[in-house]
Amino acid sequence: MRIHIIVILLSLMPSVAWQANAQQERHIRIATEGAFPPWNAVDKSGEPIGFDIDVGRALCERARLSCDFVTQAWDGIIPALTVGKFDAIMAGMSITEKRRQVIAFSRPYALTSNYFVVARSSNIASLGSDTKVDLSAKTEENSALLQKLKTNLQGKVIGVQGSTNAEAFVQKYFGDGVDIRVYDKQDNLNLDLVAGRIDAGLADFSVWKSFLDTADGAAVELYGPRLSGGLFGPGIGIGLRKTDEELAARFNDALEAISLDGTLKKLSVQWFGTDLVAE
Amino acid sequence: MNLSLILDVLPLLADGMILTAKLTTVSIILGAFIALPLSLMRTSSTVFLFVPVLVYTFVFRGTPLLVQLFLVYYGAGQIDWIRSSAAWVILREPFWCALIAFSLNHAAYTTEILRGGIRAVPFGDVEAAKALGMSYALRTRRVVLPAAIRLALPAYANEVVLMLKASSLASTITLMELTGSARKIVAQTFSPYEVFISAALIYLGITLVISHVFAKFERHLAKHQQRNSQTGNSRLAEMTATIRRPRLPGSVSR
Repeated sequence: MRIHIIVILLSLMPSVAWQANAQQERHIRIATEGAFPPWNAVDKSGEPIGFDIDVGRALCERARLSCDFVTQAWDGIIPALTVGKFDAIMAGMSITEKRRQVIAFSRPYALTSNYFVVARSSNIASLGSDTKVDLSAKTEENSALLQKLKTNLQGKVIGVQGSTNAEAFVQKYFGDGVDIRVYDKQDNLNLDLVAGRIDAGLADFSVWKSFLDTADGAAVELYGPRLSGGLFGPGIGIGLRKTDEELAARFNDALEAISLDGTLKKLSVQWFGTDLVAE
Repeated sequence: MNLSLILDVLPLLADGMILTAKLTTVSIILGAFIALPLSLMRTSSTVFLFVPVLVYTFVFRGTPLLVQLFLVYYGAGQIDWIRSSAAWVILREPFWCALIAFSLNHAAYTTEILRGGIRAVPFGDVEAAKALGMSYALRTRRVVLPAAIRLALPAYANEVVLMLKASSLASTITLMELTGSARKIVAQTFSPYEVFISAALIYLGITLVISHVFAKFERHLAKHQQRNSQTGNSRLAEMTATIRRPRLPGSVSR
């Protein structure tokens, strides 16, 4: 507890220090992927749209930042941030220990919950729905469910987007038991699910939701337990350079403000049809 | 920059390297089998033979390989009657889709390279073969193709190296070849410099092997010329002399 207080005091100190110039406008560039709807996508004219973008704009308004959104391929997004091509990442990126070794994160602005989706034609033995597995809690119930999931998916072809927690999960828990196909974009994974090249896919619920709502989405269904915790991390945060503490503080303050006044919840309902913000 | 990481990553890229080598080798072999008859059709004077080949090479050389790859992989997967046909057994697999796109693309370039070689065969050689009563097939086999292949070899070696590098596009359709594996490791280590330098070193190594093999092959095919050059009557010198001769009278400096 005492450490917490010290940490809070320490984090307040710089904010007090630049209180005087807090009103100063700063121009920043925020990177997004543009191919991960409804988090982020590009509209017909190539402009980025989505939950990330709307939250970003709301935050920038609060934090008196003038923000430009740029699109950047997912698998190079972290190195590009560290070398200074842009100042922040808002691309539905979950906060993980591995990423924290390289970049800093704001506090989470949304929660994550990963699900498998299987093609209806794939004949995978059914598994009870409405179950949950928290990977950070090592209970017997959890490991039994995971074991069952592993047995049912044995030998199947599973698609994941590269460099995501979903890929890390499949590699770690299923390993050689399944044929893992790594896609550069979620859109391409969806196409192959419909085409029948792969039997199942693993991704965040929000991603599946927008796909299940389309006509093609009728060919697939959600499968198995909700996966969270552990290597999936505490939620979705804004990626920042470790040296840019000023920006982190500004974003955290602004996040608190838009979460308290209900803006964040409103945007979540608008883009996901459900509240992904509340605990 | 971390030098030891460059070395540490090399063995992790072995699987990717094998897939890259496999894709390149099979595409080149398939491409050669397609290109050989097509280049003969392309040099034919019959419209029905050369126009279809012209259209084929125009389409495949005029569009990016990535687009062709996507059309074969994602395009075919979109069409219902292809998915229910027997061809789906092959088109379902990313490896085969990559091979189809790569070998068709490679064959289009090779056809044009070989056409250039065939066109460059000295007309006198062909005339002489005709005068000896050789049939088209015999003439092509004994006179035209050996000379054409020798002439086209340097350009073809270049095209093979280009194919090796183009195979990196396979990672966009879930095949984890060398570049794909490197990108995956970058995502895990967040050290793009070291990992991509490792991948580049492997590509350089393979390219070195390819150019060495072709250089040897070129020397092997040119053996008869070396023998001639000892007598001071190189055929190459003779050829260049023939080319130069008509220009001499009009030359101001002479």
